[in-house]
Amino acid sequence: MVSAISLQSAVAVAGRFPVLAGVDLNLEEGTVCAVLGANGAGKTSLLRLLAGLTALERGAGTVLGADLTKNTSGLRANVGLMGHGVGLYEELLPRENLAFMIKAARLDPSGIPEALDRVGIRGRIAATPVGQLSAGQQRRVVLASLVARRPRLWLLDEPHASLDAQARDLVGSVLEEAAAGGATVVATSHEPDIVIPLADVVVTMAGGVVTERYAGGRMGLSDVS
Amino acid sequence: MRKQLDRWLGPLAFVLVALDVWLGLWITPPDQVQGDYVRLVYVHPAVAWVALYVAFGMAGLCSVLYLWPRTRSLAFDYAAAAAVEVGVVFTILTCITGAIWGRPTWGVWWTWDARLTSTALLAVMFLGYLALRRVPAEPHVRARRCAVMALVAAVDVPIVHFSVNWWNTLHQGATVLNANLSPRIHGSMAWTLLLSFIAFTLLFVWMVIARYRLEVLRHSGENKDLDRALSERRAEGAEA
Amino acid sequence: MFRDAALVAGRDLRIELRSRVVLWQVLPFSVLALLLFAFAFGPSQARLVQSAPGLFWLALLFSTVLFAQRSRALEGSPATREAARLLGLDPAGVFLGKTVALFLELVVLEVLLVVGLLLLFHVVVVSWLVLIAACLLAALGLASASVLYGALSGEARIRSTLLPVLLLPILAPVLIAGVRSFQAAIKDGAGLSGRWLGVLAVFSVVYTGLGIALYGPLEEN
Repeated sequence: MVSAISLQSAVAVAGRFPVLAGVDLNLEEGTVCAVLGANGAGKTSLLRLLAGLTALERGAGTVLGADLTKNTSGLRANVGLMGHGVGLYEELLPRENLAFMIKAARLDPSGIPEALDRVGIRGRIAATPVGQLSAGQQRRVVLASLVARRPRLWLLDEPHASLDAQARDLVGSVLEEAAAGGATVVATSHEPDIVIPLADVVVTMAGGVVTERYAGGRMGLSDVS
Repeated sequence: MRKQLDRWLGPLAFVLVALDVWLGLWITPPDQVQGDYVRLVYVHPAVAWVALYVAFGMAGLCSVLYLWPRTRSLAFDYAAAAAVEVGVVFTILTCITGAIWGRPTWGVWWTWDARLTSTALLAVMFLGYLALRRVPAEPHVRARRCAVMALVAAVDVPIVHFSVNWWNTLHQGATVLNANLSPRIHGSMAWTLLLSFIAFTLLFVWMVIARYRLEVLRHSGENKDLDRALSERRAEGAEA
Repeated sequence: MFRDAALVAGRDLRIELRSRVVLWQVLPFSVLALLLFAFAFGPSQARLVQSAPGLFWLALLFSTVLFAQRSRALEGSPATREAARLLGLDPAGVFLGKTVALFLELVVLEVLLVVGLLLLFHVVVVSWLVLIAACLLAALGLASASVLYGALSGEARIRSTLLPVLLLPILAPVLIAGVRSFQAAIKDGAGLSGRWLGVLAVFSVVYTGLGIALYGPLEEN
């Protein structure tokens, strides 16, 4: 198996506060990893570090073969991040938002209608600017952008937040599909019941470090560490 | 060597400035045309030289070195900041000494002369630089923004200079400054003038070094904080 | 680079067409500025014609600050800017795209202001060629400087007060050269306009070049 993520004593700071205080984490490609932990444990910061958005202050790390201590702009194009903030252009339609992302990533835009349909953005909703959609609908659009982009690394921050039961099932099946296609998935959550069954690996964070690691309930694969 | 330099640079700069003042005020003769006003020539050109060339040249150079990936280091950011900060003081002194000289010579404190106008614009640009430094941001983000701004401002200076020059000369003929500022220089006057350049340049170097050290000290404080903050942060997890 | 530029320019213009902030807020401000200047200097016809070039360029410069704010604001919330950074766009392309979009918006503004000069100030243009050349060259320079400075002046909270202080001194050469070329275009047709158009051209080329080179280091985190 090829290593997708490898962090050794990774420290990241926001201002002067060390949001990550020495994280060790190794994941192989195609793994689904659930990150659990209380508020402020450093889950979001971990995702941002993996996306190349936060600099590595100390320690070492590689993500998809890119060295985090060096320039990470090459890494970013292979990463899909679904963060707390929605990150869409409010004035543009769902389709236009996706078209911008897909074309920017130099991918084929023909899969966009299918991806939107997959997450249930159809008809009137599809013809409404994103800023006028509900929070849950906006998150569905973000999910559709990941489906259409098919990044090698999926980073999902509380993917189940503000989604209804139907959409939660959708997140589960989309993740499963991505992992089956060889992508690596890291998803944070407060809700162990939902994410542990989806994950190969579960890690718990507290105080900016990884405190526990155990196998999740995903079928067919087990924790190989 | 470095210790010796530390100990003697400041006093040396002050002694030379004092010597310059003494020579300028008491030893050199008054000018035939300008009388005692000529004595400002032992201050104003040297201060302007430091402000416009040494300080902002150094700021521009350090900014380029910071932006160049191979030489990227916060040390250059601190050095650029120190140069601009001291440079702004010298620029303002340039304007003040110029105005003091201009009032009796031209009859006005300020004239829309090309050199005055571009110096004033330069001062405003670098005050903007200092304002930008005060915007809270991550050190490297701030360093990048400031370096880009310093570089853009530095590139703007020649454009400003030429356009203001043409603007003014086309407007009212020859500039005033060149007509009067050509006192016959010889003997003690030449030596005093030369001394003033050395004295004010040394004064600038001494101030920049002090300012740079202060910035480095502030940053080393941050690093010590990080070690403590890291253990505190890990302890948060142990409690939970 | 040009592919990304076209994509970004398309995005900015599409958002602008849909939100109409420029149409309803920025353009009225520019026209208002022209009117207020007329109140300050009028109503003597001769004096208005004489001061018209200066008023045009001042109105344009102050509006440019608003355009610069707006161009930056188009990029949305920090989350949206972050999402855009994850797309792997070429920063030089992003800069060019934003500059092109802003250039087109500024040209629209210039057309409006020129119409204002003709109708309200009764200015008679002798050399349209000089006037149009000055407008186009200045629009490019103003657009590239605005995009570059919009990116370095930080978050919205601070940007609204910081950007004018940073941007306006840099734009001084455009004001001088623009006014002089307009005076030439109105009075004698050509005169010394070549020199001033040269200043505008140098400004545009230098800032476009700087933006292409520096936007990457500036935006990358």
